[in-house]
Amino acid sequence: MAENIAVPIREFVTRSFSGQQLADEDDMFALGFATSLFAMQLVAFVEKQFGVEVDSDDLDIDNFRSVRAIAGLVERKLAA
Amino acid sequence: MLEEFADLEREYRAFADEHVAPHAALIDREECIPTEVVEALRNAGLFATGFPSRDQDPIAANLRHGLVHEALGFASASVQGLVNVHHMAGSAIARWGSPAQKEHWVPRLASGEVKAALAITEPNVGSDAAAVETRAVVDGDAWLLRGAKCWITYGQNADLFVLLAATEQGGTAFLVPRRSANLHIEPIRGVLGCRGYMLARLHLDGVRLSSEHLLGKPGFGLTHVMATGLESGRYNLAWGCVGLARACLDASLEYAHERRQFGAPLASFQLVQQMIARMMTEVHAARLVCWHAGVLRARRDPSAIKEATMAKYYASTVVNRVAHDTLQIHGANGCGSGSPIERYVRDARIMEIIEGSTQVLELAIARYGYQERG
Repeated sequence: MAENIAVPIREFVTRSFSGQQLADEDDMFALGFATSLFAMQLVAFVEKQFGVEVDSDDLDIDNFRSVRAIAGLVERKLAA
Repeated sequence: MLEEFADLEREYRAFADEHVAPHAALIDREECIPTEVVEALRNAGLFATGFPSRDQDPIAANLRHGLVHEALGFASASVQGLVNVHHMAGSAIARWGSPAQKEHWVPRLASGEVKAALAITEPNVGSDAAAVETRAVVDGDAWLLRGAKCWITYGQNADLFVLLAATEQGGTAFLVPRRSANLHIEPIRGVLGCRGYMLARLHLDGVRLSSEHLLGKPGFGLTHVMATGLESGRYNLAWGCVGLARACLDASLEYAHERRQFGAPLASFQLVQQMIARMMTEVHAARLVCWHAGVLRARRDPSAIKEATMAKYYASTVVNRVAHDTLQIHGANGCGSGSPIERYVRDARIMEIIEGSTQVLELAIARYGYQERG
């Protein structure tokens, strides 16, 4: 996981969850932090921050459940 | 306002004055939007503004789109509602459709050849959309849908529904053509306001859909597909509220000057001036909130979701205060069925209920505040 990708994602997640510190592997959905509101904000953040487009093929919970998962999605989108 | 947008505003207002406003009273009375109005919208290209265009600057496109809804809201809240739900459903398809779905539907939706509506609400489910009871189960190589939807705007005429159903994976969105077998549509009449919404109940009595009708992925129907439609709806409706509020303000200004009591025009009385001042300021403020939301949407800024929520919340409460004061200024002359004022009041009341009630939006906005506080 590239730090230049992970850092802004960590910051966004921490800010979104009122400063809650999560490990990169923590499942935000299983822990109950992620809401439907957060889900859309996350998509908008990823697209704006990294200049990629999240489309219907990316709609897989494994792409969004943790900081590491989101970073992996971004890395794959940037490499495509 | 930049001259470019002032020209557009005049253009859309002229269209609405010529093709929509003359029908507004009839639409309210007959609870139906005439075909000629829909055709005029189509011929003017107003169904297209809710869809991405590579030819336009995104900020200009979003503001242009807002001005369309403002002009329609000024002329007829019912017609604005029709275009709104079409854009809500269309935005969900344009955002989350497969390449094949986009290729098939988006040009038809943008041209107005196909009219779409969003179907979330049910007899037992309003604000708590995650609790929808309409079920979709896998049946061989297809999906089988059973359940009921209600209060579906333009349900009586829409060709295509973007519909939320519960599946094993969670809320899931489907494209349901009007002509689907076992889909029965029942008109709803006699509502308080926005009587031209052409509301309907949808009865899905075993509607069988191929997997090509799945929009997005199972489990992402509410959080992403419908959330996109609802965000669009809040933005559109906020502008529609500004339009309706401006209609109220214009009527108040005119009436305050022509109506004389106690030997003087109403406009000369300070308590009337107070109402006019409050209306002018609030309408202007609501418009600026909409404008700001449009800029953030164009930039695909994550805070655009919050801004559209705040815009709808603020504009829908403003239009109710403005409509209330407009009726106060008009007195009994605004209460009769021959006056547009009583329609404005009834239509304004609906604005605080649809696309997120005022109270649900207040909860959401407060959550944004806590989130930003960190």
